[in-house]
Amino acid sequence: MDDKTETNIDLETGAYNLGRPQSIVAGSLRLLTANCGEGTTSLGKYGKYTAFLKALEMTPDSVVAEIKASGLVGRGGAAFPTGVKWEGAAKADGDQKYVVCNADESEPGTFKDRVLLLDDPNRLIEGMLIAGYAIGSDKGFIYLRGEYPYILPVLEEALAEARMAGLLGKNILNSGFSFDIEVRLGAGAYICGEETALFESIEGKRGFPRVKPPFPTTNGLFDKPTVINNVETFFNVPFIIEKGAAEYRKIGTEKSPGSKLFCVSGDVAQPGVYEVPFGITLRELLKMAGGVVRNDIPQFHNSAEDVVRNGIPQDPALAGYHPAPQLQAVLFGGAAGAFATSAHLDVRLTFEDLRAAGLPLGSGVVMVFNETRDLRDALKRLGKFFAHESCGKCYPCQMGTQRQMEILDRVARGETLPDDALRLQDVGWTMTDASLCGLGQTAASAVLSAMKLWPEFFVEGQRSKVG
Amino acid sequence: MSVAFFMDGKQISVEEGKTLLEAARENGIDIPTICFHEATTSNALCRICVVEVEGQRLLQPACIVKAATNLKVQTRSERVVRARKTILEMLASTMDLSDAPEILTMMDEYGADASRFPDAQRRESEVKDDNPMFIRDYSKCLLCWRCAQVCADDAQYAFAINFNGRGFETQIGTFFERTIPETTCVLCGQCVGVCPTGALKPKREYLLEQGLTPDQISVLGTGRKKRKA
Repeated sequence: MDDKTETNIDLETGAYNLGRPQSIVAGSLRLLTANCGEGTTSLGKYGKYTAFLKALEMTPDSVVAEIKASGLVGRGGAAFPTGVKWEGAAKADGDQKYVVCNADESEPGTFKDRVLLLDDPNRLIEGMLIAGYAIGSDKGFIYLRGEYPYILPVLEEALAEARMAGLLGKNILNSGFSFDIEVRLGAGAYICGEETALFESIEGKRGFPRVKPPFPTTNGLFDKPTVINNVETFFNVPFIIEKGAAEYRKIGTEKSPGSKLFCVSGDVAQPGVYEVPFGITLRELLKMAGGVVRNDIPQFHNSAEDVVRNGIPQDPALAGYHPAPQLQAVLFGGAAGAFATSAHLDVRLTFEDLRAAGLPLGSGVVMVFNETRDLRDALKRLGKFFAHESCGKCYPCQMGTQRQMEILDRVARGETLPDDALRLQDVGWTMTDASLCGLGQTAASAVLSAMKLWPEFFVEGQRSKVG
Repeated sequence: MSVAFFMDGKQISVEEGKTLLEAARENGIDIPTICFHEATTSNALCRICVVEVEGQRLLQPACIVKAATNLKVQTRSERVVRARKTILEMLASTMDLSDAPEILTMMDEYGADASRFPDAQRRESEVKDDNPMFIRDYSKCLLCWRCAQVCADDAQYAFAINFNGRGFETQIGTFFERTIPETTCVLCGQCVGVCPTGALKPKREYLLEQGLTPDQISVLGTGRKKRKA
């Protein structure tokens, strides 16, 4: 192995190359991820934008109707019906309308959009084109997360390719429809993933969230009617238009149609992006990911396949020493999500079942903690994350995230004060109930769920059991 | 056109387009406010005016939500009181409220405990005395935004002050922390006029508070006088 491969430092130029992260894609379906896992898919390989060509033959209204009929809901976390959103923007008054792709994937534990953008940028462009045609917009923006600079050239190249092929620009394929897309790079603030703060950022202002209503469909980017969707949401669009809503509804469950990307990370054998139909259970998903393991010690591997895959020599002597660790918790939906335990293993992964179980699907984060992990330390880190990322606009979040962090720090140190549990709940519920935007409204979500599951963590004078 | 709806069980009727806050005030129902000012755009950021509206999952800010027919609004429900009390307690643990008598009264009314949060980090900063007209003491700043708003498109269009920092560290300030004379400030004084806590104070008032007599202050005078002498 030469120096360059090992360090990513080019010794001749002295340049440090961040490199391209691996795209580990798996699952039981390859609908959205059909072109993912083997590097960037060029336009030539992606093929004609057949769904977009089909949409051009349809009226904009019937495109919106098809999306509505598919039952597609937003994949960014809020699960708002996409067709309703498009209809709102299509019907809104305004000579200028915008299509915005929220690629500010910042939820801790989420990495699906990164894989989609890196490996299959053309599907996003096609989805946005269809949205533009449906609502009568000629301009799209992709707001790319600041920590994804290596995706920028991939997108720029794909956009240039599409322009060369006449699929973007003025009067596309002589249809009379014009559309082009611009990429904007964020600067690393979590709040800019909130749609109205994202607009402010594109407009060149500080990323403060706006008061809603008015909603983006009437007063969005530059105060114009705007459709803003997550990357994964746009990825569903070409399939729905090409194959039809009825075909799309055959996948998943009645109330949660389609497939979903789950970002499985933490203590599993094979972390990665898993595409599965809505409706499989958490147990099945974890099994797909190789089950719960302990990452900090080598596992005992039995099959020859395991040996090849993991490169760890077979050593029967280790067999007795490392019993399979038990599942302790799963953080669902990311930092803004909630904890689940082994009691939830048979919950079906659908919007309706998860809601009933009190778990948010969020952006598809499944972060696994085995029994050796110190959850109080994890909570402390969540607290720090929100205190760092609060924008400072509304009082509950601006001060609440700070107070929450201070209390969680004490809890993790084992220096919990009398009444800290009560303080934590008052701060948490005040943020949840009274904050201005989604950041503050979910900043206590994981903490409040942990307080329900493990009240003993928050008792005065209790030390962490691990670490 | 007027709309009829319910506030705390009482049926009230107001002109269409009025906010819940305006409706409450017209009908003698008290909803507290901090960031609200009649002369500035409501940003719904202090969240002290939140009320419970039937059918809404979250509490709603009364300063911007419009009255609508048959709305059922609770201005003092358990959830509302918990949010208001906690916000007040967090404020007291964060900043110097000695120049904010209205908020101290509010704390009494809601039974808020000023020492609810032990070992809490406070927002402290030095008094900024960099111009002949006013001083800035951000230890007393509530971040109500009114000063930044009147400096911008709510009144003066000077755009001399804005925001520095983020989250708990947010502070009103000038661009690149320059002194006031180095900014686009025209010393109009509108920011001082809308400040609710004495974070912005006329220089003379500040000097009197420091124990200087009017005579001493006039001797301090301005740079011009000094040059004459």
